[in-house]
Formats: sequence, structure tokens, C-alpha cells
Amino acid sequence: MNQPNPEASYRAIREEAKNRRKLFKESPLPKITIGMATCGIASGALETKKAFEDALAEQNLSALIHTVGCLGHCYAEPVVIVENPSFPPILYYNVTAGKAGMIVRSFLRDGDPLFEHLLGATEENDLIPPVKDFPRFGREKRVVTEKSGLIDPEDIDGYIAEGGYETLAAALGRNPEEILREILESGLRGRGGAGFSTGTKWTLAKDAQADHKVVICNADEGDPGAYMDRTILESNPHQVLEGMALCAYVVGSSDGILYVRAEYPLAVRILTQALQQAEGLGLLGKNILGTDFSFHISLFQGSGAFVCGEETALIQSIEGFRGMPQHRPPYPVEKGLRGRPTVINNVKTFASIAPIVKHGAAWYRAIGTEKSPGTAIFSVVGDIVHPGLVEIPMGVDLKTLIFEICGGIPNKKTFKAVQIGGPSGGCLPAHVLETPVDFDSLIEAGAMMGSGGMVVMDENTCMVDVARYFLDFTQKESCGKCTFCRIGTKHLLRILERITKGEGREGDLELLETLSRDIKNGSLCGLGKTAPNPVITSLRYFRDEYEAHIKEKRCPAGMCRALTAYYIDLEKCARGCDACVGSCPVEAIFSTKDRKKAVDQSRCVKCGECMAACPVQYSAVKRVSPPHLAPVIERPQEKEA
Amino acid sequence: MTDEVSEEELQKIAACLEPFQEDRRNLIPILQRIQERLAYLPPEAIQRVAGHLGLSAGEVYGVATFYNQFRFHPPGKHPIKVCLGTACHVRGGEIILENFERKLGIRDGQTTPDREFSIDRVACVGCCALAPVALVEEKVHGHMAPSKVEGLILGFQLDKERQEREKAKHEPTQS
Repeated sequence: MNQPNPEASYRAIREEAKNRRKLFKESPLPKITIGMATCGIASGALETKKAFEDALAEQNLSALIHTVGCLGHCYAEPVVIVENPSFPPILYYNVTAGKAGMIVRSFLRDGDPLFEHLLGATEENDLIPPVKDFPRFGREKRVVTEKSGLIDPEDIDGYIAEGGYETLAAALGRNPEEILREILESGLRGRGGAGFSTGTKWTLAKDAQADHKVVICNADEGDPGAYMDRTILESNPHQVLEGMALCAYVVGSSDGILYVRAEYPLAVRILTQALQQAEGLGLLGKNILGTDFSFHISLFQGSGAFVCGEETALIQSIEGFRGMPQHRPPYPVEKGLRGRPTVINNVKTFASIAPIVKHGAAWYRAIGTEKSPGTAIFSVVGDIVHPGLVEIPMGVDLKTLIFEICGGIPNKKTFKAVQIGGPSGGCLPAHVLETPVDFDSLIEAGAMMGSGGMVVMDENTCMVDVARYFLDFTQKESCGKCTFCRIGTKHLLRILERITKGEGREGDLELLETLSRDIKNGSLCGLGKTAPNPVITSLRYFRDEYEAHIKEKRCPAGMCRALTAYYIDLEKCARGCDACVGSCPVEAIFSTKDRKKAVDQSRCVKCGECMAACPVQYSAVKRVSPPHLAPVIERPQEKEA
Repeated sequence: MTDEVSEEELQKIAACLEPFQEDRRNLIPILQRIQERLAYLPPEAIQRVAGHLGLSAGEVYGVATFYNQFRFHPPGKHPIKVCLGTACHVRGGEIILENFERKLGIRDGQTTPDREFSIDRVACVGCCALAPVALVEEKVHGHMAPSKVEGLILGFQLDKERQEREKAKHEPTQS
């Protein structure tokens, strides 16, 4: 038998992929690239695509429409890149159906690139300012999301033409030890939250003596405010698959499982397709690229339990049990799924592998900080001008991230706090924004990297309510195994609920602190150990807000509805204006004798719609806390009939 | 509301079970498949799955109730899911949920008696930039407001009335 030559086999596959892409690449027709991940579709990308097709047909023009994943610029969705010959590729934002028609008519037909609707050019040129000048693009460093939003996730050719699976092909000709050394030296730390060294984990799995080993990719993204794993899987699934295959080659496994949330139907569909395509080309499956290395990946759909992000719970759920964490040791790398050594890494970790092996450990170490090399991916959402996914080198401070890269706080409001790490993380106030983003600094400040969810909050967000929100989540998601987590989180929640309703008592804060400590100490897994974090950090940084709720029955942010009231300032209310009446969902607004409006406090549900509806020139609707500050105006009896 | 399972549904359940061997690891995939076909897990399905895998019904029910994905009541014709992820919460997702509840007269997790609507809360649909978000029949509605809730439901009611009118027009003798 001939010596297998994976690189030669790969070159042949790549040539074919390039040939198939040639028709598209070298076409003289204009190309329209539309982002079609979940967030793009939610913003109307399907309608946009249809509008492009209709407008092209109407104008009798031809262009190639190319669908891709997500660029991560959620504020600009639907995002469209138009490549019109003789122009640089131009990125347009918020391309609604109407704008799509306009682009076809003005740009493709008449050659006017519509400066007022473009974000910039994606390449350097003399005509149009490049998007790189915009900090939201320029300050990013893309390793994991390098190709996201640029290639078609449903067509493996796009990934291969860009050099995808080249690293795997090259690695198959090398000793697994060499690859492992590269990962160890790169200092890569697991992106799932805890930041454990990936190289160490792989070494343990490699050294474990067993005939069968398992590689699991954890895509059970459960943090209710983070969606980067989904975006990566929807935009560039093959980079994750390639990372898994490299891991399997290093540790000596032939069995892979991708554990993805069933709530991500698009990701499931794209992954299923990606696996078929990769196996079809011999890049995964039996005898990869003609070598004797085989690696088969199957999909397992997670059924939505936050605790299943914990590795032992995840294994339990694959085996058909309730996802309850188990005692460690033995760690899964020694004894995991079906008792076999099991490596479990996060989506972002696996997606980092191919770039590291390709460019080398030194290249990776040059990005980020000494102890946390590489990049961090955050989904920055909440009260922020440019929300979306941001990939930055580790070590950039929070201030730069929030104010420079993401554009700061909208509506002229002031920054209050940033919540990092989801239900396990914490809220950081303005004075610690100098904190650099890396595993250790964030923990020191009281938050944690977690899954990478980042929610920015302005002055109208109540920190007690945010803590209550997260406890409500963790209390529901606690699996019930450990008493302190099961019952302790319930009591934490009850106390917080009482406080937000204005029924807080003297001594509640001390009780919250003791209980938080006890839950941390008395819980087995990460869920319980970190569940009190939102309470602990908000008590540390925003104690005065808790005290205002308890002592003055006042919510300083005006968010806790039991502690606020809306009223209409009769001095400002315009006679005969009806704007607020229609907006009220419960008909709480009535007319006074002199045809002004007033709020019936017994009916009001405090949704704030009337405040939004009141024309700015009047701004007559006021919100006060505590509620007894609102003047009482009786509803005239005869109007009731 | 009685949950009588029709003959057709029983056949569907049997078809879901067929490709799977008696192996505990198939439990969650089987439940997912049944829910995909029937949109919920009727008690009869739990029994059959238990029988198929040689487990007790309690064990199957225990696993099914552990996970958020599974539901035990049929959803409405127009299922409504209100996102209560962190970003939606900060932007008033709970007010949106309350408005749906008030408008339809049911609580989250319930279905209206006429089986037209059901309301569920979900944790993050991943469109945080559009917060607050609600899904109606898989269509995402971003930047929700109480007045939009009214509009959405009114739209469905008008649609239904129009359909009924047209039906009546086509079959004048039967009505």
C-alpha cells in the first residue's frame, strides 16, 4: 500500500472547490452578499433578499446573490455587501426591503453608491472611506470569527477555498505530540468560562489509557444574553469541526459529539449539512484524507437546561438522564461518557484551534495578555449604541470596549453598570471600567469571563431588580441536587423580591450576604458556586440602592414597578391632546374636568407607554418613586358609565 | 381541557419509536422527535416511550420535565414566545409578557380555551439588539411595545373573522 499523503489529497479537494467557486468569483456581474444568520433573518433579511430579486427583475439587471452568516454587527442588520465592478465592495447597513430597491436602482443601475446609506468599503480605496476607520471594525481582532459573515456556511467550498481544512491536512502528516506542544505553548484557555488550560486538558486525555476516547463540543449556550456560539456555528461551522478533528487526532479519539441546543434550529440545520459535506469530501469520517485516522462527529440536541453547560451534567444528559452534575474527580478526561476519557471544550475553544496550529503558538501569544493570550468574544447588548458580537484581543479595558468600540450609551443617558458573565457573573460600576478584559482581572473585579455575555445598563436600570432577575433564572435552572443551591437560591430570590416590592426589612442585606456565602460553599457544581455572584457584586458596588429600597421604599432607577407611579403634570398637559389615552393598555387614563388627562392609579400597570407617547414638547408624564409622591386625582364618576 | 389522544396521533407516536433501539441513550432523541411531530408530549406518549425503552413512566416523565424544551399541553395555533433574556428584561420584556397575558386572559405556559394562542416565556432568542423581542409563530417581532401587542392580536382576530366570513360566503347553505 502506498504511503498516504493527506496534503496531496487535500490539494486536489481544494482545487476542485476553487474550480466550483470560480464561476462565482470571476463573474463580471455585481455580487450582493446578504447576512442570513438568525439575527439577520429576525431583522428582515429574507424580505431584503426578496426585494433585491424583485428589483433586479424589474430593472432587468443581473447580479449574483450570495448568502452568508453573521458579521456580528447586530445594530446594522440586515447587513449587505455590494460588489459592483469598478467600485470597492461596499457595506450597507439596515438594508430594509425599500433600501434594497434603492440600492439596485441608484447603485447598480445609475452608479451612485448612496453615501448616506453605506457604512464603508470593506477594502482600502480612494473613493469611499473604509469600515476599518470605524472603531467598531478597526479595533477588532478577528481570529475565531475571521471568516464569519464572509463565507456561505451552507457551502463547504467557501471555507475550503479560503484555506479551510488545510491545517488538518498538514497536521495529519505530523506527530500528534507536535500539535499538542503548539496548543500547550499557545497558552490557550478554555473559552467556556472557567479558563482552564486547553493544552493541559488534552494532555490528560492523551495520556489516559483507553481504547476509546470521546471529543465533545459544548454548544449548549444557556446564558440568557449571549449568543456568540450560535453565531459561530451558523456562520462558519467548519472551523469548529476542524478544531474538533485536530483535537481527536491529538488525543487519539474517533468519536465526536457536538452538543448543540435544540432551540437553535438554524444552527442544527447548518451543522447537519456541514457534517454531511465534510464527510462527503473525506475531510471527516472514515480514513480522513486517505490516512488511517478516522473521526466521526454526531449531533446531539440539548433540550434546554442551563446546568447542562456543566460538563458532567452534559454527559448525563447524553446518556439519557436528567442533567445533574456529578462529583469530580474522576474528571471527564479520565472517565467521561460511557466511562471513556472525554475531552469537552467550548465552541470558541475549538474554533481557535485551527488558527493556532496554522500560525503557530508564538503568533497566538502575541495577541492578548501574558496570562490570557488570544482574543475574547463578547456579545455586547443592552443600552448600547452598537450592540452585537465583538472579538477583541484580551487585555483591552472595558471603557474602550463600551465607549469607543461599541459607541457608548444611547439617548444621552449615563452609564450605570455592565453585567459580565451572565447568571454567574457580576455587575461592574463606572469606577472599575479601567479593568482589562481577561480571565483573572475580571474575577478580581468581581465579575467573570463566563460565556461572554455582556449587558450594558444605563441610569434607568435598577441593580436590585437585575440581581433578582438573575436569581429568578438560576433558581429555576438549579437541578435540585444540592440543598444549598436548591433551597438557598429560592430564599435569595424571595428576599430580593420582597425588597423590589418595597417590603424589605432591616437585616435583609446581612442575610443576603450570609446566604450567598453558604450557597457558594454548599454547592457541588459551577451553577451553585456562582449563582450568588450577581447579588454579591451588586451589594458590593450598589449597596446604597438596596438601602434606598429598604429604608425609603424608593427605587432610584424607577424600574421596580411596585415602588414607582406615573402621573400627568396638569401644568404641562395640553388641553384636548389624546396621545396618551390610546397608548394605555388598561384604559387607566381619563379626562379631567378641564379636558386634561390624569392617571387612575388603581388601574395603572406602570408600563410607561404613556410616557413614551406624550409628545416631547409637553413631556407631561412623570415617573416618581416612592409612589405616594404622585398627586391623586379622582376619576369623575359619570365617565365610568 | 381533556387531552384525548387521537388514533392518528398514536400512529405518529409509534412511527417515532420505531427507528430507535431499546437503549436509554435514545430517550431524549425520542422525546424530541415526538414533540417535533405532535408539538407536545401527551401522557400516552410518555407511557409508550417508557414501554419501548423498558423504563418506568415516572422515570421518563422525570427526565422530560427536567428539560425546558418539552411541553405537556398542546400549544395554540399561534404560539407566542416572549423573550426574557437579560437584554429584553432590561428593556421591559416582562411588561410585554404581561400585556400578552392580559390581552389573552391566560398565563405563560397556558393555551387559550379555543386553542388559538399560547404564551411561553423563553430565555434569549439571540436577537438582543432588537430587545424587547417576541416570537409569534416563529416570526421575530423586535422593539415590542404594549401597543404592538394589541396590534398583533387584533391582526389575528381580523384575519380569523375574514376567513370565517369568506367561509360563510362559500357555503351559504351550511351556515
